[in-house]
Amino acid sequence: MSESTYAVVGTRPPRHDATDKVTGRAHYGADFQLTGMLHGFILRSPHAHAAIRRIDVSKAEAFPGVKAVVTSADLPESPEQMVDIGEGAMPLSYIRGNMLARSKVLYKGHAVAAVAAVSPHVAEEAASLIEVDYDVLPCALTVEDAMRDGAPVILPDLRTKEFGEQTGRPGNVAEHFRHVLGDAENGFTEADLVVEREFRTATVHQGYIEPHATTVLWNEDGHVLVWCSSQGAFTVRKATAAVLDLPVLRVSVTPLEIGGGFGGKIRIYLEPVAALLSKKSGRPVKIVMSRQDVFEGTGPTPGSHMRIKMGARKDGRITAAQAYLAYEAGAYPGAMVAPGAMCVFAAYDIPNVVIDGYDVVVNKPSTAAYRAPGATQAAFATESVVDEIAENLGLDPVEFRLMNAAKEGTRRADGPKFRRIGCVEVLEAMRNHPHYRAPLEGPNRGRGVAVGFWFNVGLASSCTISVNSDGTVNLLDGSVDLSGTRTSVSMQAAETLGLRAEDVRPSVGDTDSIGFTEVTGGSRTTYATGWAAVEAARDVIGQMKERAALLWETDAASVEFDRGVFRAGGRSITFQELAAQLDETGGPVVGRGAVNPSGAGGSFSGAIADVEVDPETGKVSVLRFTAVQDAGRAIHPSYVEGQMQGGSVQGIGWALNEEYFMSAEGAMLNSSWLDYRMPTSLDLPMIDTVIVEVPDPEHPFGVRGVGEANIVPPPAAVSNAVYRATGVRLYRLPMNPVAVMEALWQKESEPGGGSLHSDAAA
Amino acid sequence: MTHRKTLVRATVNQESVEFLCEPRQSLLECLRDILGLTGAKEGCNDGNCGACTVILDGRPVNACLVLGVEAEGCEIETIEGIARAGALHPVQRAYLESAALQCGFCTPGLIVATKALLDQEPNPSEERIRMWLANNLCRCTGYDKVIRAVQRAAEEMREVRA
Repeated sequence: MSESTYAVVGTRPPRHDATDKVTGRAHYGADFQLTGMLHGFILRSPHAHAAIRRIDVSKAEAFPGVKAVVTSADLPESPEQMVDIGEGAMPLSYIRGNMLARSKVLYKGHAVAAVAAVSPHVAEEAASLIEVDYDVLPCALTVEDAMRDGAPVILPDLRTKEFGEQTGRPGNVAEHFRHVLGDAENGFTEADLVVEREFRTATVHQGYIEPHATTVLWNEDGHVLVWCSSQGAFTVRKATAAVLDLPVLRVSVTPLEIGGGFGGKIRIYLEPVAALLSKKSGRPVKIVMSRQDVFEGTGPTPGSHMRIKMGARKDGRITAAQAYLAYEAGAYPGAMVAPGAMCVFAAYDIPNVVIDGYDVVVNKPSTAAYRAPGATQAAFATESVVDEIAENLGLDPVEFRLMNAAKEGTRRADGPKFRRIGCVEVLEAMRNHPHYRAPLEGPNRGRGVAVGFWFNVGLASSCTISVNSDGTVNLLDGSVDLSGTRTSVSMQAAETLGLRAEDVRPSVGDTDSIGFTEVTGGSRTTYATGWAAVEAARDVIGQMKERAALLWETDAASVEFDRGVFRAGGRSITFQELAAQLDETGGPVVGRGAVNPSGAGGSFSGAIADVEVDPETGKVSVLRFTAVQDAGRAIHPSYVEGQMQGGSVQGIGWALNEEYFMSAEGAMLNSSWLDYRMPTSLDLPMIDTVIVEVPDPEHPFGVRGVGEANIVPPPAAVSNAVYRATGVRLYRLPMNPVAVMEALWQKESEPGGGSLHSDAAA
Repeated sequence: MTHRKTLVRATVNQESVEFLCEPRQSLLECLRDILGLTGAKEGCNDGNCGACTVILDGRPVNACLVLGVEAEGCEIETIEGIARAGALHPVQRAYLESAALQCGFCTPGLIVATKALLDQEPNPSEERIRMWLANNLCRCTGYDKVIRAVQRAAEEMREVRA
């Protein structure tokens, strides 16, 4: 299909689920009710690291209104195995350990026990009566703390894996890996300029507005029924079944509407606990997290310690690059350092590269994915160094990036060679955007740019399409809809079938009704589930051709289909007309699509940020922001723009405000939105967007996922803008007023350090 | 332990209601768990996210910060009462048509807050809209399309009034 023939793809129809969501009728995790339902409450550790000597639940059990109390003693024992938890696997013992702590608590907020009672207040009151004897241990809160000689050992059984081999060495480093391309040492000797800088980023949270919520019924027939808010029902089923040591057939998961996830609602936290409470009480149990629980008891994204060294010739060619990336995994291994390493230099064609990655266990919540997990930290570091080199070489920062941009055939240090990608096109769109050349006047203002990459994933998706007698269709897929994917998937089916978007009625299936579908994550849903919908639509067309052939007493192979009309031998029939005759030609038509694409095309993203720095307070204001991203093909441009705007603003929050502010004892001191300050409408300008379309060569419509790459460049772009505004470069996120003022004071105190322009001086 | 309940009489979405609540229950709990009006959402339960915004005697409030017993004699409007006679309110239509929602969890609060604004101020500036909605956190949209939806709704409502 050529672009000009698209009737649906690229248009902006209303979302199929929008009316439910603007009227308050859509049912999210906490909105679900069952008759006889109890309410659960989870007691969490007040210590960041402690041995559990004894748990006494007797007073809680005796509390009026309490129906069940559980601890880790209620969890089954079963042999160790790796469990697929969506976008990766984790040892079962770690997943279980994170559900309810066994012999040790590993972070403040670690679940210790749970109560089910007739109301949430009663459950909470009763939980406060549970007595836990802790033996408090010293804690390690950052990678630098945890890697130090003599650091407290967090997981006694952990042995460091190095370069793919088990070393047998105990400690907090779960893994050290290295990617090598060319000869970096030699590459640096070829450089005229080498810049090496050290960076740190704070732990941040995805910040979805809906807290985790689940309702579980352990039925009398032994079947476990789950209704929850998650990014993927099948992952919840797999992980819940594994923790409870049940076959997956005994667990059914119905996904409810989800109030944001951004990677944070892939892992499970509540389902097995609610299941155990339900089994003990014989009643359905709902657990809804508080906001503090969400901050302290779910997976934020890793804080990091990084060093980046890059060398370039005077002519602007980057000759070598080296990265040291050490990410906080939290309580269990699995920091997103591997994807960080895949992305750290991905925007550039560099012949000589060494990347060292360290996955380090610390006494913080076990980290989880957050929109392009691992890439944003790495890009903050790389793009700051790239900016410094461009400035030192006297080159325009976008031109310098273009001179070194990755393109088709560029080899990444972690192995893959890029197929057709849109890095150059994104940079050209930045260079050509009016924002980039617009004058930026006034003191203390600066403009910064950065680019970023996310590789995107394909993975398994299932879809069925049932044809109705009036020529409309019902579409069922397995992808939880976080942001309008019912519509972006339906539009691809409609385009294939020659229907309008509103002729397709989409719904999201539960684990009993639709084929296996991976999580909504990795920017994969419009890409892979959309592809499954195209396959299902093609299956419908194939079956309908047979029906037309039956009517016309001809061969199905001779029937052609184009834009909603079947034709053969001078005769034609519309999709709608033929749909009305399915009963007479053999019965219902149900199309089936199941895909597992492995070669998703990555997406590049760019940001142009104008900031103003208040020299009195250190507050950074974003004055203007433009996001550019390669969508491959924008199926519904409004929701592509929405992804770009949302990702950009999360990146701005990460850059300027957001952080887990920890006490020395490992307590998060800002576990409310008053103190963990996410951007509000008042903190932001409009977010301009430019959608670049370099179609993915494999996908039926050229789709590249757009959910993630947009968060990658903003922190670096904002940091580079702060530098241009103040002459001071910051090497730590967030760049909050304290950090900015400290950097300004330090600059003033240095010999030759000038003061900022202020209105008074100007 | 459960506590002795109090009878509360109020008007919710133009209908008289009576409900029994414990003194410690918030208006948000009463709306959601007792009256079955789950459109108002709990995002934080401490007044920071605005997902539970309802209009109480003409003013937008965080229902999580009002006690159920305080609603005695009050007039309350929730997201469920915004659409009338099967037709979406212009604010709801503007959010829908402007793609001003993604996950939709903060949307009921934003729509109620927007209606409260436009009921009082038919032509707010962008700055005024940003200030007014700063109480409503949205993590998906970056607010751009939300602000545009409010402007669009304001324009439409002005045209209807004119």
